[in-house]
Amino acid sequence: MTSWDRFTDSFFNARVAAEYLPKIIDGFWLTIALALCIIATGLTAGLALAVIRSFSIRPLNWLIIFVVDLFRALPPLVIIALLYFGLPSAGLTMDGFTATWLSLSFVLMAFTEEIFWAGITAVPRGQWEAARSTGLGFLPTLGHVVLPQAIRMTIPPLTNRTIAITKGTALGSVVAVSEILGAAQAGVSFSFNPTPLTLGALAYVVLFVPVVIFGRWIETRFAWKR
Amino acid sequence: MAAPIVAATGIHKHFGALHVLKNVDLLVAERELVFVIGPSGSGKSTLLRCLNRLEEPSGGSIIVDGIDMLARSTDINKARQRIGMVFQQFNLYPHMTALGNVMLALRKVQGKDKTEAEARARAALARVDLADRAEHFPGQLSGGQQQRVAIARAIALEPRVMLFDEPTSALDPELVGGVLQAMRELRESGMTMVVVSHEMAFARAAADRVVFMADGQVVEQGPPASVFGNPQHERTRAFIGQIERH
Ligand SMILES: Nc1ncnc2c1ncn2[C@@H]1O[C@H](COP(=O)(O)OP(=O)(O)OP(=O)(O)O)[C@@H](O)[C@H]1O
Ligand SMILES: [Mg+2]
Repeated sequence: MTSWDRFTDSFFNARVAAEYLPKIIDGFWLTIALALCIIATGLTAGLALAVIRSFSIRPLNWLIIFVVDLFRALPPLVIIALLYFGLPSAGLTMDGFTATWLSLSFVLMAFTEEIFWAGITAVPRGQWEAARSTGLGFLPTLGHVVLPQAIRMTIPPLTNRTIAITKGTALGSVVAVSEILGAAQAGVSFSFNPTPLTLGALAYVVLFVPVVIFGRWIETRFAWKR
Repeated sequence: MAAPIVAATGIHKHFGALHVLKNVDLLVAERELVFVIGPSGSGKSTLLRCLNRLEEPSGGSIIVDGIDMLARSTDINKARQRIGMVFQQFNLYPHMTALGNVMLALRKVQGKDKTEAEARARAALARVDLADRAEHFPGQLSGGQQQRVAIARAIALEPRVMLFDEPTSALDPELVGGVLQAMRELRESGMTMVVVSHEMAFARAAADRVVFMADGQVVEQGPPASVFGNPQHERTRAFIGQIERH
């Protein structure tokens, strides 16, 4: 057996691939489900925090800044481990999916809040003043005038950050979530062959290349209509 | 003078330690066009912005169209609909068309349905001669056209008073005429106007009264012919000399 044969037999073993493909496909869908859950809660919570912060209530803002900095500072894996392995000793157990979903949602929330907040403060003061001078209240001004402009500015960084964090779903493999990586690793330990990892990598490519292309398209698309 | 429609009396404004308005009175009669001039930093914008409470005065009283602007019980959003404001930098909403800019407050503040709001917005755009630009975004309009959209956005709400803060200073000279024309027509329709501007020719032709401010105080006021032609105070004389040389 040449070393090339050994290489293909290890990483591109057709028999192993056929056996574990269904598991990887299941993991593929689970990754998508997990990512969608994270995106939904993370973006919503981040936007909500940014809106609350715009009310400029001092103690509340300090709390928001603290929480946001905390979740931006902690490695996501540490948060997952805390929730999954740490909380049970406090009498609270959660499955790996929930722990991963919550952890990455917090991280996405923190980054989203910062990005939205930067967007809100980047909208010129004159926009607020013009709207308020016509009798529009604080919240309608935020909703109709400021946020649409802030969100447009933030879509490129937000897209990139969202992609980066959804890739973190692979961390779920550490807490027994059989998303793509989890399914692939399980395949490797049962078959004693790394081909499932090749399949897993392929699954990530299939999943994220379109997402990255979409992100690129978003960046060019969201310039003002001139 | 008949009962003034704008009565700002004893206005003080501090920015921290900076005393920017020092006991300023400004009374404006209905249909009057008052021009406010003065050196940079004299407090003209701050005074204007106090009138609709974009800036919170530190003291004094402001009554506009019978409404006490500083009273706690006053619904400020309701009161502001009677006071249109036009800014130096236009401040159009870049994500909305000209029509959208004018319609926003009609819909969301005055609660008009879409058909009526659109009809009023188109009428307001026609008044500033921009009926054919309704579907354009601000970025597709010249500075002069943007400023006229901003005027339309304000007058669509049928205010009783219009405030202009240097409406032509950000414009290329060849675009100033169109904005002044829109203001002239507004004046001829009987609108009460307070204008901060250095357009002296316009002031001479259209203003009823010129107010000269310096260092947060009203130094001198009167008809344009006397303030420009025969200023009483040294500071006024120096300022007008300086402007006319430009
Ligand atoms: N938000 C603010 N905070 C602190 N100081 C301010 C603020 N706004 C205005 N000022 C100060 O108040 C003074 C008056 O400013 P204002 O803008 O009213 O002058 P102005 O007469 O309109 O001048 P210009 O002709 O340059 O527009 C200036 O010294 C200015 O620096
Ligand atoms: Mg000014």
